[in-house]
Amino acid sequence: MSPDVFLQHLVNGISLGFIFGLIAIGYTLVYGVVKLVNFAHGDVFMMATFFVFYGFTLFMMPWWLAVIFGIVVTILLGVGIERIAYRPLRDAPRISSLCAAIGMSFLIQNIATVVFGGRQKSFYVPPSLTTTFVIGGVRIQAITIATIVVSVIVLLLLTFLIKRTKMGLAMRALSVDFDTAKLMGINVNRTIAFTFAIGSALAALSAILWALRYPQIWPFMGVFPGWRAFTAAIIGGIGSIVGALFGGFMLGMVTILLVAFFPEAAGYRDAIIFVLLVVILLVKPTGLFGEKKSR
Amino acid sequence: MLKVANLNVYYGGIHALKGISFNVEEGKIVALIGANGAGKSTTLRSICGLKKVREGEITFKSEAITNKPTNDIVKSGMTLVPEGRRIFPNLTVTENLMLGAFLRNDGDEIAKDLEWVNTLFPRLKERKDQKGGTLSGGEQQMLAIGRALMSRPDLLMLDEPSLGLAPVIVGEVFKVIRKVHQEGKTILLIEQNALGALKLADYAYVLETGRIVLEGKGEELLNNEQVKKSYLGG
Repeated sequence: MSPDVFLQHLVNGISLGFIFGLIAIGYTLVYGVVKLVNFAHGDVFMMATFFVFYGFTLFMMPWWLAVIFGIVVTILLGVGIERIAYRPLRDAPRISSLCAAIGMSFLIQNIATVVFGGRQKSFYVPPSLTTTFVIGGVRIQAITIATIVVSVIVLLLLTFLIKRTKMGLAMRALSVDFDTAKLMGINVNRTIAFTFAIGSALAALSAILWALRYPQIWPFMGVFPGWRAFTAAIIGGIGSIVGALFGGFMLGMVTILLVAFFPEAAGYRDAIIFVLLVVILLVKPTGLFGEKKSR
Repeated sequence: MLKVANLNVYYGGIHALKGISFNVEEGKIVALIGANGAGKSTTLRSICGLKKVREGEITFKSEAITNKPTNDIVKSGMTLVPEGRRIFPNLTVTENLMLGAFLRNDGDEIAKDLEWVNTLFPRLKERKDQKGGTLSGGEQQMLAIGRALMSRPDLLMLDEPSLGLAPVIVGEVFKVIRKVHQEGKTILLIEQNALGALKLADYAYVLETGRIVLEGKGEELLNNEQVKKSYLGG
């Protein structure tokens, strides 16, 4: 394989890694604050593509407006799910909200099938994003570059939000100690709703980037990206944002490089990803960047 | 300032507080003493809205606060330094202190209070960028008190501030509490260290298995035979 082709795969892997990373951060952020694996996250991801799709085709919005519309409605959906399905169970045993999350996932998939139909729909990709650049023999699509640029901007904003704002401070406080956070005057419900809003916005953004890359959407499209990103979050150490990003990168790279170097083994990529998960957890049970429980 | 009337609290089927009533007057240091499991922490947690009250009335600054959300109660001007300090180990000393001022938006005044806390606890200033979890027990207690003061409370409640600390540090903590009181804060203190608490308190209540069995001025209780026998080691 020539260095050019390798570089091309590398760039592809990075861009896919960012998408997985963004989804994985959605899982890890919510888990970090409420200690709940939001199994409906992959389905919120799927819904975002349909919101954009219908914004564009049904409501005849300009594409950019459809994207914003999709993100906003997805945020409302994510916050609504928390309000309806998770908040009433917050003081119940952990297993109850886990079951609620799994149920929510199936519910969304099936409602989507009824409402949108089970057949695949074509997601509109603006022509400007399918342009191919040739840089020193490496052929890169505009969407690949756009994915990387958007992801980097979003990650910088997210870092700022968590490290430098009051809401971020409240989220970090809540992630270790609910009662003491309350004593600081933190409004727990509002902070958790905000966390779900951020998680859903990340799901929407990654879903749009995903659909621009693989422009077919259907009600079960969120299942595998969701599972892979969840795996990425676990590999990185659930609760850790850097870990989720790293895990996402790892999976993006494995997926792309596997297809590039061992095309005959490409069908086994999910098996390989899960083997990777098991091996990493055997060596480091808290994930690569996971911290030991201090209390 | 704080009035607790006929407080009844349950843990499942266990009747933890059986009709407790007491007052905390403005500008005073009031202590609740009693053995482990007497219901001291439960009392404070109920006042803050962290534990549901089944029956009874809690009034703060003439307003009913029974079973209100904790963040509203804190906003009304009281705060609790919880048992075991409960500082945020993953946040820096400064971030911990700023969380204390979470409900405030008066930047200049926050800066002033931060300065005040730093003069009360010079050690915290030295360690301002260190993670809370890396502090020693005594420093964590100072941080927990400093963090509570950052909300500029009128009523400061402390749950076992001397627990698990070396005797020298215990003395320091009590000194700080006295100092904070002199700055005009009303204090409600819970202690197993009855001697230290009674020396400090203007008025004290003795709690036994969910009931108040004795009350009186601090020095009165210090000389009370029953208290001497049960809590002061003879």
